[in-house]
Amino acid sequence: MELFAQQVLNGLVTGSVYSLVALGLTLIYGTMHVPNFAHGQLYMLGAYVSYALVTRAGVPYWGALGVSVVALALVGAALERLVFRPLRHTPPLNAMIAALGVMLCLEAVAQNIWGEEFRHMDSPYSGVVSVFGLPVAAHRLVLLVAAAGLMIGLLLFLTRTLAGSAIRATAQSPEGALLVGIDTSRVATATFALSAALAAVAGSLVAPISLVYPSMGALVTLKAFAIVVLGGMGSVPGALVGGYLLAMAESLGGTYVSATYQDLVAFVVLALVFTFKPSGLFREAA
Amino acid sequence: MTPPRLSRAMPVALLAVAAVLPLFFPNEYYLQILTQGYIFAISACGLNVILGLAGQLSLAHAGFFGIGAYTLALLGTKAGVPFWAGLPAGVALSAAMGYGIGSICLRSRGHYFAIFTMAVGLIIHLVIQKWESLTHGHVGVIGVPGPGAIGPVTFDSSAARSYLALGFLALTITAIARLMDSPVGRTLMAVRENEALASAVGLDAMAAKRLAFTISAALAGLAGGLFAGSIGFLGPESSNVEMTFNTLLYVMVGGIGSLTGPVAGTFIVYGLSQVLAVLQQFQMVFFGVALVLLILFMPTGLAGVWRSARAGWGGRVVQRP
Amino acid sequence: MTLLEVRGLSKSFGGLRAVDDVHFAVETGSIVGIIGPNGAGKTTCFNLVSRALPVTSGRILFDGQDVTALQAHQVARRGLARTFQSTTLFTEASVLDNVMVGYRQRTSAGVWDALLRSRRLAREEQDAQEAGRGILATVGLADLADRTAGSLTQEQQKRLAIAVALVAGPRLLLLDEPSAGINAEQTRDLIALIESIAAGGVTVLLIEHQMQVVMHLCQRIMVLDYGRKIAEGTPDEIRRDPAVLEAYLGHT
Repeated sequence: MELFAQQVLNGLVTGSVYSLVALGLTLIYGTMHVPNFAHGQLYMLGAYVSYALVTRAGVPYWGALGVSVVALALVGAALERLVFRPLRHTPPLNAMIAALGVMLCLEAVAQNIWGEEFRHMDSPYSGVVSVFGLPVAAHRLVLLVAAAGLMIGLLLFLTRTLAGSAIRATAQSPEGALLVGIDTSRVATATFALSAALAAVAGSLVAPISLVYPSMGALVTLKAFAIVVLGGMGSVPGALVGGYLLAMAESLGGTYVSATYQDLVAFVVLALVFTFKPSGLFREAA
Repeated sequence: MTPPRLSRAMPVALLAVAAVLPLFFPNEYYLQILTQGYIFAISACGLNVILGLAGQLSLAHAGFFGIGAYTLALLGTKAGVPFWAGLPAGVALSAAMGYGIGSICLRSRGHYFAIFTMAVGLIIHLVIQKWESLTHGHVGVIGVPGPGAIGPVTFDSSAARSYLALGFLALTITAIARLMDSPVGRTLMAVRENEALASAVGLDAMAAKRLAFTISAALAGLAGGLFAGSIGFLGPESSNVEMTFNTLLYVMVGGIGSLTGPVAGTFIVYGLSQVLAVLQQFQMVFFGVALVLLILFMPTGLAGVWRSARAGWGGRVVQRP
Repeated sequence: MTLLEVRGLSKSFGGLRAVDDVHFAVETGSIVGIIGPNGAGKTTCFNLVSRALPVTSGRILFDGQDVTALQAHQVARRGLARTFQSTTLFTEASVLDNVMVGYRQRTSAGVWDALLRSRRLAREEQDAQEAGRGILATVGLADLADRTAGSLTQEQQKRLAIAVALVAGPRLLLLDEPSAGINAEQTRDLIALIESIAAGGVTVLLIEHQMQVVMHLCQRIMVLDYGRKIAEGTPDEIRRDPAVLEAYLGHT
């Protein structure tokens, strides 16, 4: 029973990370119809920036996270302006290939700067806390709370502010948004920046309880796609729920079925969904 | 229509040059690179069939390469199957899996197809990596049988192996050329260009795309088998995402959809990466940036530039890409 | 003899009923017209009959066979051809290549024929060329065989689209607004072309907005409005039908 509870908790923690990443991905896909294959690398770079600032420059954890968020937001905005915007009216294939190129490049950059080794980062929240009698690493609890807070904030932003509504509207229907006068170019840049920022938060939050290495993003990208396909491209609630669901499936599956093939869960789910529903579970808004 | 003579000149000329290369570079190391180059070119031609002719971005390519490689390697090391039986077995298995996977994946379009095939490729890679009892996982397979003699001809020397690879490459290009120039090829291009119209005139779009996918899987499997047999050992990285990206880059540089473009692209990129080995660690950075720049500024690759140049010289080139 | 029969044909897009319980029949050798205000569901009917769209309910019988569950390419192979409202061609390919693709369904050479350059391949290529050039002559585009399809004028492209649909020798030809965007003289040529097509044994089903074309060519006319059939009959009957007048006038 305790093992089960532990795994549920793990699922929640991992799910928080997955949801944040998937949120960013779904927003980009909804607004720009670009499957950003490089998304996982933004997550990875977010982790590395925090890692570098904390371990090399002695910057306090939350400060480092903040810098990471800003830095990656700028990277995201730059990617949108320099790479994806010029490709907006070209065949969809081109944007996909460009995304692949960015993916390659970013991972290689990380490899060159920090090397292949698995890096460890200390959390300011060491120690173990007792939650309903369960021993829980303090940082995990912080992660859960921080992620939840961020998601609430994001939801408020998307529903209560003008900018957020513009993003949501564009994510649901870029054509419709144009019709009502939304500046879809600015929305595109803002969405990319926001999305990269979310990835950076996710990466920075998870770094102390996981390890930091250049290919940590690759698997996450595909899992994020699995979530987005499951939850609906462009759907915020879909990404949120999907992230936790997938993490639970992985956690429980890894414990009770097979640990070796844990990573496969996401991809098998993805393959199954596409097999029965070639266009994903939800039709995109026309 | 492109006059047949002109479109044959280039491949024949390249073949002639390639045939005499080993005489100029009898160096073991260069011969091995040459062989690898030919093998990757075969794989690139395969990717070009699904990407260029059928217009679908398949990211599962390295998976089929790995299947061809591991089939040959495992049959050889575990069941004593010689190279010349293992190779067709690998091709057949890759083709069969391509047919089956294609039947499912190709019902998805565009982005979904790319994501689906990315997942498939990753599943194949992970299975190869984690099924240690079968594939030895990270450790890999050693002692893969190389090509045995056929009659009096042996393939033990590096030069002989490079000619063998070149032979398969020539066969590949001939096959693709014949396909492109036939109703089968035209069907593919019609489906790519305007699927609604193609269906309206009685063309089975699904069957056409599945055929392209099967051929691309078969060629990837052929390249994989040759790869395993020529090096003698094999690891799971032969089926990883990096392998797919490299192949994609080769095709992009050479020009999607062109016949000899993928070969040119392979030699330029792979060749450069070996010659400039000193920049090994920065390679992937360059490759990534190169892919982005290519798609932004030269999406039709070298073949496209070549075609524009010829058109500019007064020739009217009707696009049969 | 009834070549095409449609029973209770309906198509809904979400809440919108684009085609609502339509029944009609087309006799072999006739020219039948479909008219109606914009948005009446005429092109949707075509899309359903040609199987480009799945039906919501109803049945389609082609030459006595139920084809409702077939795919577009399958019904095309049974002898049903069509053109599209906005002219659809393989714009990057040559004019001749376009019609040769249209002829492909009549040939059987496959992958192995292509790889081995079989005699069957060579023979069928020749057949396709001949058929292609023949049909181009019929529509008056023989001189433009080597031009890129995209470089033709609008009107020439329309004729090419008809050629592509005809080259495989269909029994039923669906023409979607063939006279849109062409001038009076070209319209006269078009009428003559359609008459010669019909004289050659092809049954024609025609969506049209230009009344002179419809009235001149069609033996029977069906009128759609808001997805429903509101009238059917000879040109004279339709001309006098109050429901038809109401539909057109009521839509201004």
